[in-house]
Amino acid sequence: MVVSALLIATGFIGALGFKNELVAVWALGIASVLGAAPIAIQAYQALKVKVVSIDVLVTIAVAGAFVIRNFEESAIVTFLFLFGAYLEQRTLNKTRSAIKELTEMAPESALKQMEDGEFVEVDVDEVDVGDILLVKTGAKVPVDGTVLSGEGSINEASITGESLPVSKEKGSTVFAGTILDNGTLQITADRVGEDTTFGKIIELVEEAQDSKSAAERFIDRFSKYYTPAVLVLGLLVWAFSRDIELAITILVLGCPGALVIGVPVSNVAGIGNGARHGVLLKGSEVVGDFSRLDTMVFDKTGTLTVGNPSVAEKAYYGGYIDEALGYLASVERESDHPLAKAVLDEIGETTISPVESTEVIKGGGITATVDGHKVAVGNVALMEREGVPLSEQATADIERFETNGNSLVLTAVDGELKILMGVRDQIRPGVREDLRRLKKLGVKNLIMLSGDNQGTVDAVNRELGLTQAHGNMLPEDKAAYIRRLIEQEGQIVAFVGDGVNDSPSLALAHIGIAMGSGTDVAIETSDVVLMNSDFSRLPHAFGLTKAIARNMRQNILIAVGVVLLLLSAVFFSEWMNMSIGMLVHEGSILVVILNGMRLLRYKLR
Amino acid sequence: MKTATISLETLACPSCVLKIESAAKSLDGVDKDSVKVLFNSSKLKLDFDDEKLSVEDVEKAVTALGYEVKKSHVKDK
Repeated sequence: MVVSALLIATGFIGALGFKNELVAVWALGIASVLGAAPIAIQAYQALKVKVVSIDVLVTIAVAGAFVIRNFEESAIVTFLFLFGAYLEQRTLNKTRSAIKELTEMAPESALKQMEDGEFVEVDVDEVDVGDILLVKTGAKVPVDGTVLSGEGSINEASITGESLPVSKEKGSTVFAGTILDNGTLQITADRVGEDTTFGKIIELVEEAQDSKSAAERFIDRFSKYYTPAVLVLGLLVWAFSRDIELAITILVLGCPGALVIGVPVSNVAGIGNGARHGVLLKGSEVVGDFSRLDTMVFDKTGTLTVGNPSVAEKAYYGGYIDEALGYLASVERESDHPLAKAVLDEIGETTISPVESTEVIKGGGITATVDGHKVAVGNVALMEREGVPLSEQATADIERFETNGNSLVLTAVDGELKILMGVRDQIRPGVREDLRRLKKLGVKNLIMLSGDNQGTVDAVNRELGLTQAHGNMLPEDKAAYIRRLIEQEGQIVAFVGDGVNDSPSLALAHIGIAMGSGTDVAIETSDVVLMNSDFSRLPHAFGLTKAIARNMRQNILIAVGVVLLLLSAVFFSEWMNMSIGMLVHEGSILVVILNGMRLLRYKLR
Repeated sequence: MKTATISLETLACPSCVLKIESAAKSLDGVDKDSVKVLFNSSKLKLDFDDEKLSVEDVEKAVTALGYEVKKSHVKDK
């Protein structure tokens, strides 16, 4: 290529500077042959497997230029074609860089225990299930396995996106592709190669970036017939006009480059951006649907909320509170009620006293004698039953706690109210802001469906400001609700929920997003996987798919526009020739690649 | 039947995909519907009948087109 550039330069200097026609012709002629040879070889190989590729068009065009002794054009065209291909390769590698970073995290070797008990370094492909492996500090865990002996802490960022080290000891599970920050471990291989969680993530991303949307499949089919059609058009023009120059110009102009490469480039850069930001998009079909989303439906528990009820608000009345807390903990310790755990977590360390004559009052709570004091723990009804007076302050607090969606735990000691606690499942931090962003990005409806009672659902909704919130829904009710949105209202729906319970809804929605990632179920059932179940990545995911879809449309427009412009120029203007055609053509390919590369830097504002 | 995953040198042009695909499909013993060329990850995936041909035969066909084979991996289907 460099040689051909030098020869072209010599040719022009010869022609213009010294008016030496002979030098010019020879230099340009040799440049053409040198440049055309690799293209012709490619063309021959393509024809051998019955494919009319771009190389075929260019080879014929160059041969045509030779016939009419236009060496200048043939030299420039071959040079531009090769130089363009080189630049394409370079820039394409850039668009693939994000995914490459991911695959390069794959482990390559392992220290495997041989029959003589020694550990020997082997290729990771040679590790089988059941082998015993040694992992040293700083090394990558080569397979998914179980710790046999040793201790250490592991950075699992490659699987969960979470970079805080996780400590591992005998019996812990370790994942391929994670890095042992310190310590030494001996592990048994449970899953190897493509079966490991990391292997599955890589396979998913690789398949995703090469998966084709309907539009892309259309373009593929189109270009299969398009190139031969251009060839036929060129021949026809030559047959009728006897103008070889015009015929070969058409061959060069008709090359479908930008159209074929535009969409895959947007796709790979966009999906790569997602992979880097903890969002795995399963293919371009998903990108297309997600970008046109109307409605996003959320499960409540574990999705919008943390999924662990805890004490959100509390109030104390009168003195001797520490004692009262001790009594409360003593009573709750013996209960298996879900609220009891939240209460105990809240109190923490305290003095535990023996509990006697415990009585469980159905739909009320517990009464017992602790340390000689009569203690009642339960709801308002229990307090009334026990004749505990509620002060004005307490009544106001109770009302406020209830409005905020809390379940109440009241504690009375010797007939006097001491403690009021409001327990609720807390909303994930930042969810409110994330939902607002989704709305701003263009999601029309945000809907919450939950198995909880309507009161709790309403309370959560007051805090989040969703479009609709429905309670008392079983998994099959949720699925029916989503089916109605899709079939009767014609909406494009995404469902965000628990990978296990809500799998019918996940499967039914156009886009299923399972929380609880890093697990096989989440990876397999979701269309979009959020690493480490990070809800805050949803707005980025949505914004990104919109940007990818927009980018694809731009690229198609650029590609089609350029071809139309060139073809009309060749018929209606004087200045068009093969070299300019090739320049514009290669230029348009670079423009679509560069446009696609912008997606690598996409960030939600 | 076995499944082969063959890593190739970086593919740059979409017409390479078409060529490799056609070449692989023309081999006897290769399940035509399973042939898949992953453009961006530069991989060829296919199912083949290991009684009729070996993975080396597939590699040879690809090399003959002028594409370097980096690594191949075969597993039972």
